[in-house]
Amino acid sequence: MWKNTKLKYGLVTKVLHWISALTVFSLFVAGYWMVDLTYYSQWYKTAPHWHKSIGILLFIATLLRLIWRFYNVSPANIASHSKNVKLASKLVHIGIYLLLIVLMTSGYLISTADNRAIEVFGWFEVGSLGELFDKQADISGFVHQYVAYSLIALSVLHAIAAIKHHIIDKDETLKRMIK
Amino acid sequence: MKKHLLAATLITATLASPVYAANYIIDNKGAHASINFKANHMGFSVLAGRFNTFDGTFSYDENNITASKITVNIDTSSVDSNHAERDKHVRSDDFLDVNKFSTAKFVSTKVEDKANGKLAITGNFTMHGITKSLVIDAVKVGEGKDPWGGYRLGFSGTATVGMGDFGFKSDFGTVELDLYIEGIRK
Repeated sequence: MWKNTKLKYGLVTKVLHWISALTVFSLFVAGYWMVDLTYYSQWYKTAPHWHKSIGILLFIATLLRLIWRFYNVSPANIASHSKNVKLASKLVHIGIYLLLIVLMTSGYLISTADNRAIEVFGWFEVGSLGELFDKQADISGFVHQYVAYSLIALSVLHAIAAIKHHIIDKDETLKRMIK
Repeated sequence: MKKHLLAATLITATLASPVYAANYIIDNKGAHASINFKANHMGFSVLAGRFNTFDGTFSYDENNITASKITVNIDTSSVDSNHAERDKHVRSDDFLDVNKFSTAKFVSTKVEDKANGKLAITGNFTMHGITKSLVIDAVKVGEGKDPWGGYRLGFSGTATVGMGDFGFKSDFGTVELDLYIEGIRK
């Protein structure tokens, strides 16, 4: 039930997947909205604080997710999928993981460019590694923005593909991530 | 006799040299100069920062102060208020828009002698692609030979800049500039 089997995803994988999906989407909306807040908005300080706190927690969850993935069997490919579908889904999955890692790393680098730590809801702090390269906050900010757009685009593609498998192909693709 | 004449000429030339305006280069290498700013933080306190990268030259003649000149170029991306996130915001198109306007520049047009080492330096200040007249109230701090074979002259100065005058999207009122300039004679 907890672990993956050759046939289906376990509960841990499913829960981590859906929490990640919800969190990534929420952080994207929050990030898109908060960068245009005026200085006098009551959210001006709170929104970035939550965005960063949740981002750090998502990073920890993603590390656990990757560890779990590598110490667990993955369900076999669905037999009815063509070679191209198998390859495409593999590439999209790898792409999403890579973008997630780059996105969270770049976010971390924006806020820690001046030796400040990131405070996670006042529970604990993630320390700074200092300014690792010139113009760190600006370059990381640029990367964070465009990688976020890319991740959302790829996630939408991923979701459309899942829905297509469910409705048009009527196969197990989406079902085994839910049931 | 000829030797004496030569010596006399040299001495006269040396003595007379302050008559001519001397040219100075701002000592940014040794960081004996700084361009600092202060802005009011919502009426609670004062936020201070500076521009770390700039260069400039000036000429100054004790006997003809009004002929003095100064030019300063500021790398706008070097803004530093000791907070990476804020500096990133100040560099964005809400304020300095450093990708479009990478330098700010002050070129003096008129220098008035206010006596007792005080000067009023009027010039064109260009920032964010907009040029406005700016007056810097300057005070000569000191001059003389340094221990390392050079000759130095320094000023402090203050000026007030209205953010609205320079077309910033975000406008938090006026910014006070605190300037400390030390030049090494060329």
